Amino acid sequence: IMASSYGAKEEDGHHPGSAGLGGAAIRTKKPDNTAFKQQRLPAWQPILTAGTVLPAFFIIGLIFIPIGIGLYVTSNNIKEFELDYTGTDMSSPCFNCSQSWNSTNTCKCELFFSLDQPFESNVFMYYGLSNFYQNHRRYVKSRDDSQLNGDERSLKEPSKECEPYRTNENKPIAPCGAIANSMFNDTLDLFYIDPNGKKRPISLTKKGIAWWTDKHVKFRNPGGSNSNLTTVFKDTAKPVNWHKPVYELDVDIENNGFINEDFIVWMRTAALPTFRKLYRIIQKNNDMTPTLPRGNYSLAVTYNYPVRSFEGRKRMILSTISWMGGKNPFLGIAYITVGSICFFLGVVLLFIHHKYGNRNNSSDIAS
Amino acid sequence: LFVFFTEEERRVRANDREYNEKFQYASNCIMTSKYNIITFLPVNLFEQFQEVANTYFLFLLILQLIPQISSLSWFTTIVPLVLVLSITAVKDATDDYFRHKSDNQVNNRQSQVLIGGILQKEKWMNVRVGDIIKLENNQFVAADLLLLSSSEPHSLCYIETAELDGETNMKVRQSLSVTSELGDPNNLAQFDGEVVCEPPNNKLDRFCGTLYWKDCKYPLSNQNMLLRGCVLRNTESCYGLVIFAGPDTKLMQNSGRTKFKRTSIDRLMNTLVLWIFGFLVCMGVILAIGNAVWEKEVGALFQSFLPWDPPVDNFLFSAFLSFWSYVIILNTVVPISLYVSVEVIRLGHSYFINWDRRMFCSRSNTAAEARTTTLNEELGQVEYIFSDKTGTLTQNIMTFNKCSINGRAYGEVMDILGAQQKRVQPLDFTAWNPLADRDFCFYDQSLLEAVMVGEPAVHEFLRVLSLCHTVMSEEKREGVLVYKAQSPDEGALVTAARNFGFVFRSRTPGTVTTHELGKAVTYTLLAILDFNNIRKRMSVIVRNPEGRIRLYCKGADTVLFERLHSCNHELMNITSDHLNEYAGDGLRTLALAYRDLSEEQWEAWAERFRGADKATDCRDDRLAAVYEEIEQDMMLLGATAVEDKLQDGVPETIAILSLANIKIWVLTGDKQETAVNIGYSCKMLTDDMTEIFIVNGHTVQSVREELRYNAPPSSLLESISGEFALIISGHSLAHALEADMEREFLETACACRAVICCRVTPLQKALVVELVKRHKKAVTLAIGDGANDVSMIKTAHIGVGISGQEGIQAVLASDYSFSQFRFLQRLLLVHGRWSYLRMCRFLCYFFYKNFAFTMVHFWFGFFCGFSAQTVYDQYFITLYNIVYTSLPVLAMGIFDQDVPEQRSLEYPKLYEPGQLNLLFNKREFFICIAQGIYTSVVLFFIPYGVLSHATQSNGVPLADYQTFAVTTATALVIVVSVQIALDTGYWTAINHFFIWGSLGTYFTILFAMHSSILFNIFPKQFHFLGSAHNTLGQPVVWLTIALATVISIAPVLAFRFLKLDLKPQLSDTVRNTQLVLQKKRKPGGRVGRGSRRSGYAFAHQEGFGELITSGKNMRLSSMALATFASRHSSSWIDTLRRKKHANSTGAQNTPPTGEDSAASSQTPPLSTSSSAAGKAGQACNEPVLTHSPDDIALSVIRCPEREVGECSTGTVQVNIHLKTSSSTNCILWG
Repeated sequence: IMASSYGAKEEDGHHPGSAGLGGAAIRTKKPDNTAFKQQRLPAWQPILTAGTVLPAFFIIGLIFIPIGIGLYVTSNNIKEFELDYTGTDMSSPCFNCSQSWNSTNTCKCELFFSLDQPFESNVFMYYGLSNFYQNHRRYVKSRDDSQLNGDERSLKEPSKECEPYRTNENKPIAPCGAIANSMFNDTLDLFYIDPNGKKRPISLTKKGIAWWTDKHVKFRNPGGSNSNLTTVFKDTAKPVNWHKPVYELDVDIENNGFINEDFIVWMRTAALPTFRKLYRIIQKNNDMTPTLPRGNYSLAVTYNYPVRSFEGRKRMILSTISWMGGKNPFLGIAYITVGSICFFLGVVLLFIHHKYGNRNNSSDIAS
Repeated sequence: LFVFFTEEERRVRANDREYNEKFQYASNCIMTSKYNIITFLPVNLFEQFQEVANTYFLFLLILQLIPQISSLSWFTTIVPLVLVLSITAVKDATDDYFRHKSDNQVNNRQSQVLIGGILQKEKWMNVRVGDIIKLENNQFVAADLLLLSSSEPHSLCYIETAELDGETNMKVRQSLSVTSELGDPNNLAQFDGEVVCEPPNNKLDRFCGTLYWKDCKYPLSNQNMLLRGCVLRNTESCYGLVIFAGPDTKLMQNSGRTKFKRTSIDRLMNTLVLWIFGFLVCMGVILAIGNAVWEKEVGALFQSFLPWDPPVDNFLFSAFLSFWSYVIILNTVVPISLYVSVEVIRLGHSYFINWDRRMFCSRSNTAAEARTTTLNEELGQVEYIFSDKTGTLTQNIMTFNKCSINGRAYGEVMDILGAQQKRVQPLDFTAWNPLADRDFCFYDQSLLEAVMVGEPAVHEFLRVLSLCHTVMSEEKREGVLVYKAQSPDEGALVTAARNFGFVFRSRTPGTVTTHELGKAVTYTLLAILDFNNIRKRMSVIVRNPEGRIRLYCKGADTVLFERLHSCNHELMNITSDHLNEYAGDGLRTLALAYRDLSEEQWEAWAERFRGADKATDCRDDRLAAVYEEIEQDMMLLGATAVEDKLQDGVPETIAILSLANIKIWVLTGDKQETAVNIGYSCKMLTDDMTEIFIVNGHTVQSVREELRYNAPPSSLLESISGEFALIISGHSLAHALEADMEREFLETACACRAVICCRVTPLQKALVVELVKRHKKAVTLAIGDGANDVSMIKTAHIGVGISGQEGIQAVLASDYSFSQFRFLQRLLLVHGRWSYLRMCRFLCYFFYKNFAFTMVHFWFGFFCGFSAQTVYDQYFITLYNIVYTSLPVLAMGIFDQDVPEQRSLEYPKLYEPGQLNLLFNKREFFICIAQGIYTSVVLFFIPYGVLSHATQSNGVPLADYQTFAVTTATALVIVVSVQIALDTGYWTAINHFFIWGSLGTYFTILFAMHSSILFNIFPKQFHFLGSAHNTLGQPVVWLTIALATVISIAPVLAFRFLKLDLKPQLSDTVRNTQLVLQKKRKPGGRVGRGSRRSGYAFAHQEGFGELITSGKNMRLSSMALATFASRHSSSWIDTLRRKKHANSTGAQNTPPTGEDSAASSQTPPLSTSSSAAGKAGQACNEPVLTHSPDDIALSVIRCPEREVGECSTGTVQVNIHLKTSSSTNCILWG
């Protein structure tokens, strides 16, 4: 952008004494001669010219295309595996579980899959839901953040926002609200099947799957960190859909109650109806072997979570990540496309400008 | 007790308050204010909620209280609403405070009221109908009065009605003879007459009533009335009975009703806002339908996880609620801050007007003032200017400027050097003529020399001036003469004669005493052949001390030349040439002649005259015939030229405004000839004009015929419109404004370049403005200085009052006021243009940014089950319009400039986009909206595409709601900031500060709101804890934002570049201007057709001659004459010589201000001197312009003057001698 610095004009300014000639007797109402009041503030007046716009387009193009290629390559190097275990299909092992669902019986099913390529470094295990509207207004607001923050009063008297999951049998529900009530409660276990057919369980870490701020600031158990959760939650009811009360989510006191990480992850509502949430992390053991070598695996599902009624889907996803996160081809392609368009636009504009343009319209004014 | 709802007649009994009180007439208190302290809050709130926008937001607020609908917290609406209401309330309160102040000032003026036989000081507001009040000279009349008696003979009294109807000549009022005898207060206190008259009305020239007193009936007419707004002149004191007071006075009845003015942008904005509401409803309906479908297809099945709220039992009801929820979320397309921001910007522009030093007049010590702050951008769109004449275009000062005596022209001295030179000392008359008027200025020595040498023609010429008039003189102290002229130009002529040694001292009904070159001479006044409109001349027949009888005549040259003796042929030709010259300069000319009469001729004629005078039928016609007989075979003496002094820079301003395509109509209460003269002198009318139509008919038929006849052929309309001028008089206008003819009149008038309406009443002025306003979709501006302009000022879109004069009514009614007409060009071309530009840019950007902001919710609706979930954090929604994006656009709206101010004066064509409404119209609006919607699509779908799969670098998915909200919001803030950076054309430090500051504020507030400190205090309110930190730490998020920004901005950039490259707006305009300037420079055909105009003789009223000859207005004291010895006359030549010497040395001593000429380093962008005519502000240092050394000296000499009087800095006229044309008048603008 061409910059023409515009200084204060002098015509008016070089006789400051004239106002004072009248003497002090008559107070002159003459406005002050300041650059601000006279609208003569020094200013930078950028003008769009061929010399500035065209290079801008080329530069954007030249920056975006390499970034796009970089992103695309990075994204392609990420391994990702996705497995739908909803069980809508008759052939699916989970078909039976998905058909008949009640809260008392737990239904188990097991799916087999194989990885064509080994997954190096840490592998992240997600569960994915589709057609699940965690971003619905009524759903999003149906929670009590004070209660989740350990506020004793909110524990006894949950917010009205939680209706109709506010109280059950005259006891306040903890945690209250539709979000908590609908918490994802399938259990997924992963087994590596040796070449010789032996099932070896893969250790899944459940620590560090939630935001640090959520785990340590936003979610807190009532009554401090070291109190007995059973007594704290004594006068509360468990959410209607839950099998266990909130203080039995985990045996680890650091991961129980409101600060259970699975719960926290669920409570961080998704922006879109198709989403994935981090479930477990498969830590890399040593540098020699890949975290998940290529081969056959099985996924053991404790099928608790009904999605068929609203045509939802459930998936299990395994993914490695890079500096820019998980697999994300969109960004790379978008960068390459936009970069190319900008470059092309630059060429077109240059052509138009050369052929029809008013190359020096500033000289017109002066002629 | 009677209560008159509609008054049918008014009964007023003098000195009887009790009796008058039962009619409950309005008191003399004027109230223009709206509130007092108690009523302010309720009334103001009531008024504010009458604004559709405010009610709408109140309605939204109520909606938000319903939990099923509420999609946003209540504070997102109430914070801006309270802000808006309080800002407006503060503004209204200040406005009203000033109204209170001005009301108080008027109401508390003192007047003397006769209460219980004693004169008591009383405030104006306490004056009641039926009171008798005493007025003194030069006082404003406090109410509409019936004149009872005055200090002058025959109970005459003189008033100036300029404030009321704009007529400058003095008018005579006379009391009934029965009341004139009342004289002193004691008698007046006993007066108990009762007046029965018409109810209050707005007719200034009519009054009809009857006085009942002592069992007699006396008819009353307008001749007996003194109206509020008039000023008593030349009358020591008078008594009057209050008939109408306060709001009932004709002045107030004429001032029209106060209307709230809106600008066309306001109206457009309101239309657009309505459209947007429509759009909003459509969006709401679409989303509600979506909601119905969703709830039926998906939501109903999803109930196991998300049951419907208890009141919602089916999808249709849910859809209904969701409609309202979406109305709440999407309402930010028309944020309430729009109205506040617009007001703030206008306020800023108003301050710039108030602060402008170049619109400050140091002579009257008044700065320009924007009295209303709501109309600024309309100043950039003006197409029609309606101007008053007296006091606006002219200063209402008549100066005797030039004369032609016996074929020789005097007074031309200044024209050799250039016009109006203040460098040349005016002649000093007082040295040899003790009776001279010190204020009189004349520059040509030769006339004085001619007088001294004793040229008989010159003497006779001056004698005519001193004898042939109806001026009254007053000599309060010996040697101090005060002339009471009923028209200022007659006064100017008599004063001229006085200074040249022919002093009119006094008159009696039968004599006129003059002091001719120090010698007292008494002429016997035999007859006054009075002036009237048809005769266009007046004569006196006098007998000089030697007994010779002579007829002296002055009158319009056209009339006079027909009645000259045939031997005058040659002189007539020369004088005629001079007259043409004067007329070309816009001077008011008059020819003078005399005729010697023998005693027999006189006797014979006097006989016939007496016969005609006594005639009962057709007296006027007979008299005219008799006058005609004697005014024959006259000998021409010469001609006078009186200048109706224009205000500084009027012709230049008019020229530059018409270059800007603004049509100027002059509406004046003055007479046709006067108005036409002014038209010429301010260059509205020129001799180059193809035709000047004069419509003067008295009947409907004749006016129609004249209009039809005059209407330029329609084929010509387009091709050479602007070469015509229309002059229409008041009575014709009355017919022309009737419903069936107004179109015709308007079409003819609009085809003309100049329109002058003369003899119009204040209400007619308003009607003309109204007519143009109604039929032409154009912005009108009315400018005036007097109370007679008030209705016009109020009617027009923009009213401008000339301040610094005596009256303040016009200023009070106006929207803008300043003290010089020429400031109008700066007001319109600089301030108005900028205001319009800024406002348009502001609106474009504002709609853009809000559509970009809001429409994201619409797209999100498709992904969140149409549940009216917002994309952003509610605090972001609250603060987006009032914090994050308000200041940069405000700074642009207040400070932006596309071209420097001097360029917009140089190229008036730059004003045109405003008139054509190019910068913000429906098309531009749709472009903005389309851009906004495009941006919203980008802002939603790019994060959608990226984030739905992305994860943080620690594996946590980024597709959670809060991350998405923060990403989109940040992208939005950055995109709109980049856009405002593109839109801002003038980056002052403030713009930088606001733009960078807003971005900084956004991030600061974002991190603050997402911090754990706030969350720990209000865990429920700030649940976005940690989002900013978690989101903005991710490179993917920044890549997304960068991508969204480029995709949003690149097309705009490309489009703007193409527009600028292929269709540059500015240079087109400037090229046009160049052409116009060159055309203007071509020598005009002034020589071709001569047009002779005579104004003077018609500027006064008929009937003064009779007053004089009957002795009615004579004071006995003035009969006695004092004689003066001409002690100085012997040494006059010495005096002259001394003066001359002093003059020349004075001129040489003027130091050329070297500093100024050295400062001319700035080379003008215009290469030829011709186009430099438009170069602004560099009159001093313009070496390119001047070709001869003389001229350089001249232009340098003139510089100091610019410094001395700020008023005259604006225009400096320099004669430039170019090699191609002998001489061209170039006007330089400062």
